[in-house]
Amino acid sequence: MATFEPVLTKGVGQLDLTDVAAYRKNGGFVALEKALKDMTPESIIAEVTASNLRGRGGAGFPTGKKWGFLPKDGRPRYLVCNCDEAEPGTFKDHMLLEQTPLQLIEGLILSAYAINAAHIVVYIRGEFLEGYRIFMRALSAAREAGYVGDNLLGSGYSADILVHRGAGAYICGEETAMLESIEGKRGEPRLKPPFPANAGLFGMPTVVNNVETLCCIPHILTRGAAWFASIGPPKSPGPKIISVSGQVQKPGNYEIPMGLPAGELLQDYAGGLLPGRTLKAIQPGGGSSAAIFAEDLHTGIDYDSLAAKQTMLGSGGFVVMDDTTCMVRASMTLVRFFEYESCGQCTPCREGGQWVHRILRRLEAGEGSDADLLVLNTINDTLTGTNLCPLGDSIMPFLLSVLRRFPQEFAEHVTLAGCPFDPARRMVAA
Amino acid sequence: MAEHGDAQAALIPFLQYCQEQDGYVTQQAVSDAAALTGITDGEVESIVSFYSLLFQHPVGKHIIHACRTLSCMLGGADRLHEHIRRRLGVRNGETSADGEFTYQEVECLAACDKAPCLQHNLQFHYNVTPEEFDRLLETWRAQPAGAALPAE
Ligand SMILES: Cc1cc2nc3c(=O)[nH]c(=O)nc-3n(C[C@H](O)[C@H](O)[C@H](O)COP(=O)(O)O)c2cc1C
Ligand code: SF4
Ligand code: FES
Repeated sequence: MATFEPVLTKGVGQLDLTDVAAYRKNGGFVALEKALKDMTPESIIAEVTASNLRGRGGAGFPTGKKWGFLPKDGRPRYLVCNCDEAEPGTFKDHMLLEQTPLQLIEGLILSAYAINAAHIVVYIRGEFLEGYRIFMRALSAAREAGYVGDNLLGSGYSADILVHRGAGAYICGEETAMLESIEGKRGEPRLKPPFPANAGLFGMPTVVNNVETLCCIPHILTRGAAWFASIGPPKSPGPKIISVSGQVQKPGNYEIPMGLPAGELLQDYAGGLLPGRTLKAIQPGGGSSAAIFAEDLHTGIDYDSLAAKQTMLGSGGFVVMDDTTCMVRASMTLVRFFEYESCGQCTPCREGGQWVHRILRRLEAGEGSDADLLVLNTINDTLTGTNLCPLGDSIMPFLLSVLRRFPQEFAEHVTLAGCPFDPARRMVAA
Repeated sequence: MAEHGDAQAALIPFLQYCQEQDGYVTQQAVSDAAALTGITDGEVESIVSFYSLLFQHPVGKHIIHACRTLSCMLGGADRLHEHIRRRLGVRNGETSADGEFTYQEVECLAACDKAPCLQHNLQFHYNVTPEEFDRLLETWRAQPAGAALPAE
């Protein structure tokens, strides 16, 4: 059974953690008080590095290392918080923003202090209107209580937080597109290098971190790097929130120790499959990740174990599909997502996404051909690895994984001239 | 933000504010934004067109964003969307004949555990069945119009 004691979600659903007093009672602001009194920025970076915390935004880059890349050239630095969560199947940052915004604020101030950032910008997805309002209330409460603003707790350190509301574009979650967007431009990813550490927001040294990454920081400082590093596999440790959705009994966010076998998450936390169903596929790390299958349920949920299965932990969006779900349909839905969200700069991403979407749509409508199947099986070589940002390389992984696993299901859409799961063709009426 | 970099950083917040007042980004707002930030009207338009929550044309007082991505699809989004289109007499992306409701199918809204979900003027509604939608429609019709996409 689920026995892991929650860290990031402690008190969520029981206490009103948007209230400063309640958050303090829950252990909040202890790290900030300790750090501003007794810790130097260097010692915080050392502690975060020793914890082996890896970024929770998708790429899993070591946080301490990222902070250490900033050039020491005296230019003003920026800390940008990525709260643009829009990866299919992922809803953890949305929850952290609404349920425990003061934890995010504490993480932001600690991180800004550690990297000596002059300015903090929080980029909140435009659709999160309620989350934005909650965050703004929490921010003014934290300011009033002396945790945000000038000369924090008498330390001489000052930090303020600015909020930028997104205007609708998944690609703005990519860190350089986000910087463009904050600068008032179209959210198109930049060519790297230069990396944001050298030339980020307004050309200044910048760190971009995910909401959940930042929420880990206070706990690492209060309980120590060794404690954090001891949870789960040493190279991929810590508590991790997994967003479980799809065809399970109890969808929701679950905080697990890294490395928990996928089957235990499914069974013990999410209540298992719906009655009478069997498992068909799981997308373990958001819309960009390749599927795992029933024989993979022993696989640990962490960066390296999932990479060894040719997929990824990614954003932690865990979508479960059972035997009633058509894999052509599921792939079509995801490819349509990437087609729609492509910023259009790169031809393979822009044109390839459209092409693959049209083929899957034809198959689903019963108008597909063997030639279509051939394209699906071969287009990857030109579509993937030829794009400026990882979005273009996210179009194919799920589709290829289920195409390899269920070739007969794709072929049947041609021989039956329709979808075996949807004989009435209701789904393609739109 | 503009005080940090250049004036263009004020562009999107300015457009969001204009849209809250006028319902969409009017030609006047485009020209004002261009004057404010020192770029051309064409550049402003290209930026507006990039973002799905900025509208270049008038829209209804009620904006319905219904999620169509994988988890919502698994939760029955197709059936719900078919129902909504029929009820409002629209196709995806259109505004109802009375000009009241704009309907847009959108991508993952980060509420996938409560599928299918939708937003009405950016307020979430979860686990929406066709019957629940009809009930919501009545309350929206009865409700005084606020800003379709509130900036604050
Ligand atoms: C297409 C695309 C979308 C992304 N969306 C998000 C997102 O919504 N939230 C996020 O934190 N990171 C997202 N990322 C990853 C960011 O580029 C960046 O790596 C991350 O914010 C860094 O934070 P971390 O080191 O704390 O993980 C996205 C990346 C790509 C390529
Ligand atoms: S890969 Fe796609 S989303 Fe990324 S920069 Fe190229 S066109 Fe834009
Ligand atoms: S798939 Fe609909 S909210 Fe995520």
